[in-house]
Order: sequence, then structure tokens, then C-alpha cells
Amino acid sequence: MNKDIQTQATTSPAIKPETQNISGSEILIRSLLAEGVDTLFGYPGGAIMPVFDALYDHKEEIRHILVRHEQGAVHAAQGYSRVSEKVGVALVTSGPGATNTITGITDAMMDSTPLVVISGQVSSALLGSDAFQEADVIGVTQPITKWAYQVRRVEDIAWAVSRAFYIASSGRPGPVVLDIAKDAQINRCEYSYQKSTFLRSYQPVPDFEEENIKKAAEVINNAKKPLALIGQGVILGNAEEELRAFLEKADIPFGSTILGLSAIPTDHPLNFGMLGMHGNVAPNMMTNECDVLIAIGMRFDDRVTGDLKTYAKQAKVVHFDIDLAEMDKNVKTTVKVVGDAKQTLPLVTELLEKKSHSEWISQFNPYVQKEYDFVINNELFPQNGGEIKMGEVVNKVTEATGNKAICVTDVGQHQMMSTRYFKYTQSRSMVTSGGLGTMGFGLPAGIGAKYGAPDRTVCIFVGDGGLQMTMQEYGTIMEYDIDVKIILLNNNYLGMVRQWQELFFDERYSETHLKNPDFIKVADAYNIKGRKVTKREELDDAISEMLNHKGAFLLEVVVETKGMVYPMVPAGGCVTNILLGNGQKM
Amino acid sequence: MEDNKTLYTLTIFSENTVGVLNQITTIFTRRQLNIETLSVSPSAIKGIHKFTITTFSNDEEVMKKLVRLIDKRVDILKAYYNTDEDLVHQELALYKLSTDKVLEHGSIEYLVRKYNVRILEISKDCIVFLKAGHYVETQNLFDELAEKIGVLQFVRSGRIAITKSKVERLSDMLAKRELSNNNREEQINSILGYTD
Repeated sequence: MNKDIQTQATTSPAIKPETQNISGSEILIRSLLAEGVDTLFGYPGGAIMPVFDALYDHKEEIRHILVRHEQGAVHAAQGYSRVSEKVGVALVTSGPGATNTITGITDAMMDSTPLVVISGQVSSALLGSDAFQEADVIGVTQPITKWAYQVRRVEDIAWAVSRAFYIASSGRPGPVVLDIAKDAQINRCEYSYQKSTFLRSYQPVPDFEEENIKKAAEVINNAKKPLALIGQGVILGNAEEELRAFLEKADIPFGSTILGLSAIPTDHPLNFGMLGMHGNVAPNMMTNECDVLIAIGMRFDDRVTGDLKTYAKQAKVVHFDIDLAEMDKNVKTTVKVVGDAKQTLPLVTELLEKKSHSEWISQFNPYVQKEYDFVINNELFPQNGGEIKMGEVVNKVTEATGNKAICVTDVGQHQMMSTRYFKYTQSRSMVTSGGLGTMGFGLPAGIGAKYGAPDRTVCIFVGDGGLQMTMQEYGTIMEYDIDVKIILLNNNYLGMVRQWQELFFDERYSETHLKNPDFIKVADAYNIKGRKVTKREELDDAISEMLNHKGAFLLEVVVETKGMVYPMVPAGGCVTNILLGNGQKM
Repeated sequence: MEDNKTLYTLTIFSENTVGVLNQITTIFTRRQLNIETLSVSPSAIKGIHKFTITTFSNDEEVMKKLVRLIDKRVDILKAYYNTDEDLVHQELALYKLSTDKVLEHGSIEYLVRKYNVRILEISKDCIVFLKAGHYVETQNLFDELAEKIGVLQFVRSGRIAITKSKVERLSDMLAKRELSNNNREEQINSILGYTD
């Protein structure tokens, strides 16, 4: 920095204060503020201390939520992003701090969640010397991020942050890692911030081809039995209204992937529920009966398709996606509509003929009825007493919230029950670990969701296994008095694994029974109010106590020990080969 | 060479940043693909690097998916694949021979003529041959030298290749990308039939 500017800076108001020489840490904070960040989830440590020190001066503008483990920071950032459409930000130290974020980053990559994870790194002079708390964070995270970049010079911080936010949030979103050497945090340089909007090597939204828009419309117009599959891309692209107009104009029934849930309200007449392994019977069966399959912002995950050799072979497939690499990856398509659904859907809708497919849609009803009779009725409204069922708890909770709450889940049987039976009236109401299936996701993601949507009720469904993987985040809830409703569906088993052992491993229950602590006492130690329910008669009252309580609440419900999640398409099986329980099949 | 498999040549243009090779090889690893040869150098456009990678596969679909996954990485500008028919390609090989053995062997004129060898170095200890050509050509020379004289050291470069067809040049693609960044909205409006 030359002398002229320094003297001017103190004399001329024309020089903005941000052009002064400031530390890398200060630059980082100002860059985050420039990106509209107001919430960070993090955990301090040696190599990130200068940033935490700078944060101390910005408490009013940017709040930092101190989690209890770095995995919690990333899951919280995910929950925050999923409900708010903002980029989630996590701030951690080098070495173990950074490696503890790996699970969350991978989860965000699988589920296309925009995150910026900032990790401290040892000083640039020490890089590669096996210094204390040094880890090759870029090497480790490159395969599990959309972009990973090591910042070694203070001059690159603002630039790297602007790229990070642009990359994380544009196109198909995903996690970005910025690994910032400690000396870059300490050294000083001039600051000026410019938001990134274009990188020549990166095309977030591929150009759509007009011809394919027309072809898609033509195929859909000629369909007698269309079925749409809705994925999270619709939510990420804010294309819910465009989707609804599309579906309603051509009268297309649809099913959702687990992450596409809540894009369209549960009670929409064309909504036939969830796809896949534990999804609803009708959309799964109809996948192999439709003549045109329209996939929108979804990626034909194996949990959705089962055996690809028998999947929708009779149908023409129209695939809308922003990611060219998803086209033909698992299912060969007839028409590829590459692009942003918010742009492409209205273009196709414009060309669609107004249609009614009532006869086709009426063919769904027997499947809906059969699922209700064989599975749902008994799960939600058990007639013969016995142990409490997971489904009935979820159903009572969703109804008690007027179907307006955000449902956050962990992973396992309770997750499938929650995604099956929770109901939605607005988008961004389902936060779950879909692609990676990360146990331990629920509690910290729920914390993040509450920050992302402070005015909404956040119901976190967890199992007894997953809760104990990140239970230390009770400390975060206690410290910040976070109003989350935790519903623990306790069967003293790793239930989903146990279910597979029952079905596919001759009932050999290897290492799936859990001897659990007194969960109410543990919650109490963290000043979280709790109530344990073992009898069905107490359930309504306990749910209402939970929802009326101001602040965090743990509702532990002792549920059926050996409950099963049905319907079930066994892994790798045909999507219409559906088990209904009690020896029944479709 | 492997049976029933085609040799594909991938051409990848990237920004010249640290760690790009790692990003590319990770994608090969996840798909269980072996890299046969690899060559990296600055391209004709300043700041852009060009990777030429060869790999065997029995399924062109795998190549399509591979290229899309590579293309998708933020630091990659463009990736595509070709088969040998589409390419003019070349490898370089160096052969170090013992001077004594060469002299013992007698005349090497016919070898130099037959294989179009260039001699790079002659000292009292060793003679170094250079041969440019396809894999088979450099291999044939190696086999013959190994049998008749003995090879002290041998090294072969990765393949470099140029497409025969008139393909979209990288600089054109970059210009187009900048343009389409500006024109996206206009495009949508024109399809919808809106005009100003």
C-alpha cells in the first residue's frame, strides 16, 4: 500500500473505508457480509483463531452458533439452507476440525445443498510439512465438493469467497470448501469486493435447446397415461409454481422423491405421494404402466428405481434437469430438457394442450386403496391395541401442527415413517438426508432449520440410534435456547437394519439391539424439557404439551420394538415387486 | 492392447489451477477406469491447460458419462473423447543403448532407416535413439532393439493428439459461452413470442 492512499484515507471521505489495509480475517468477515451471510455455524481452533477474533468485532451483524462437534456445524448449515434457500456456512479449524466436516459435506454433495465450509489451515510456510493439525483438506474434499480451494495469500480471500458463493448457489447447488492458511488470515491488504456472476470454465445453467422444448411438449401432448416424478430440483430452482401450472394444464399425476416432498402440497389431487423403496404403491406401480414418464429435477436414484432392467421400459422418458451429467446416467431418455426448470417448464407448458386424464388417474385408486387397507390403516389407526406404532405418532404430530411444520428427520425406520406420513402445505418443509443416508443428521439439521425458518415449528424425528450419534448438540440447543421439538421414536433397535435382518438375514439380529440411556434424564441435564410416553392414551396430551411448550422439548415415544416399514420394494428388485407385510404382496 | 476394448482418447481443457489432475483422476477411479497414457501441457490459449488421456473401454456409453462428469467440474472448460479414426496422434519414445553393444552388433544403419530413428546422443558409454510414432511403431523398435542389442533404458511419452474433423475450437466455445451468458433472457422471450 502506498503512502498517498494512506494519507488520503484519513483526509478524504471519497476513499471508502473498505479500501484500507485490513487483515485477511476482517476481509473474510466483510466478504461474508457482502454475500448476505448473517448466520455461521462453527467451532474455533488454533488455525482459525484470527477469524474468530475478527468475528468478535462483528457480533451485531453476524451471529455465530457454537456447535458441539464440527459435524453438527455442517448439518446445521444444511438444515439452515434447505429451509431458507440461503447458502449455509460452516466455520471450522484445520486438521480434525476440517476432517470432522467430511460426512456433512458428502451429504450436501449428494443432496445438492449449497454450502460454504471454511476451514483454517496451517500457515502457508508449513504446508506439506506434517505440521500440527495439518490435513490435506483440499485433497480429501475435492471428490466430495463442487469446488474446493486453498487460499494461501490474503489477496485471494475476497476473490475466493465470491467464487465460493457463486459456485455453491448457482446451477445445481453443492458444497464448496475454502481452506484458508493462517498467515493469509493474519496478513493485511486492501479490500474491495466484487460478486462473481460468471466463470468462463463453468456453465451453471446449460443452454436449453428449443427443439427439445418442442419435442417434450409433443411427447407429453401425445401421452395417454403420463406420470411425473418430482425431485428436489424443483425446490432448489424455486419452480414450484411453474411445476404446478405444468402438471395442472396437462392433468398429470405425480409422485415425489424423498427430497422432492413438499414441493407441491400433500393434498393436491394429482399428488400420489412418495416414490421408491418405501414409497407409495400407486406411483411405483404406475411407473411401469404409464406411457410417458416425466422426470423433473430428479436423478433416478437406485432407491427410486430398483432394478433398472425392469424400470419403466414401456414408457417414453422426458427428463428435465439442470445437470447434463444426470441425463441418461441411469435411465435412457427419449427427450432431454437440459436447463433450469423455472425457465424450461413454462416454455413447455406454453406448448401443452389442456387435457384431462381422469380415466388414467382413476386407475391409481385401487392401488391407493390397497395400500391404505393393507398398510396405512393399521399403521396410523391400530385397532387392536398393542405397542404404539411409529406412523401413528408421525400422523398425530403433523395433524397437531396443522400440517404447517417443518419435518426434519434422522435416518432409518422413523425417517421412512416421517416422510411417508408427514403432510405438507408449503414448500421447503422436509429436511432429511436422502442420498447419503447419514445417521446423526437430524438433531443438528433441525437446529439449523430453526435458524433458517425461525417463525416455523420445527419437528425433528429421530431414532434412538441416530440421536446418539450427534446427541452432544443438546449443548447447542441449551446454550442458544433453540425451540425445536424432538420426537424420539424409540424401539431400542437400529430398526431399519433389524428389519433387513428379519427379512433377508434369517432373523439373525447381529448388533442391532441397543441398551439405551434414560433419554429424558440426558435431556434434563441439558435443561431440555422431556416427556416419555409408553401408552397410546397419553400420546395426544404429550404432543400438545410439546407443541405448547416454549422452547426445546424432547418427546420420547416408546414404539413397537419390532415394527416394520411397509410397503417395501426390496433393494435391486423391480419397482412393482412390493411387499405389504404379513406375507402380502402387490 | 486389451481384447474387445476400444482405446478412447480424451481431450480436456482446464484452467491452470492446482489440483485439476486430481479432480480428473478421481473420476476415473470411481468408474474403475485405468488411465493408459497421460500428457499435460499448456494449450494454445494462455492460461489454459490441455490434458490428453487414453483409456480402454468396451462401452461408449461409459465414455459419454465420463466426459460429462469431467466437464461438470468447475475448473474444467471442456472435455470430449475420440477414437483413433478421428485423430492424428503421436507418442515419443527414447531408447538408451550401450555403445559397446551397438558396436559389437555392427551396422545400425538399417535400423535407423527402417524405423526413421533420430540419434540424440552418442558418448563412449551410450547412444540415445528417439522415435516418434504410434504405440505399435515405438514398440516394434523396442522389441527389435531388445532382441538384437539390448536396451539399457526406455521411456515412452503419453499420447498427444489432434482431431481430423473441423470441431468447435475452444476459443469459439468460450466466446459463445460469454455471449449466451448475456443473451439467455432474450432467448426465452423469443421462444415465448414476446418482443420489446
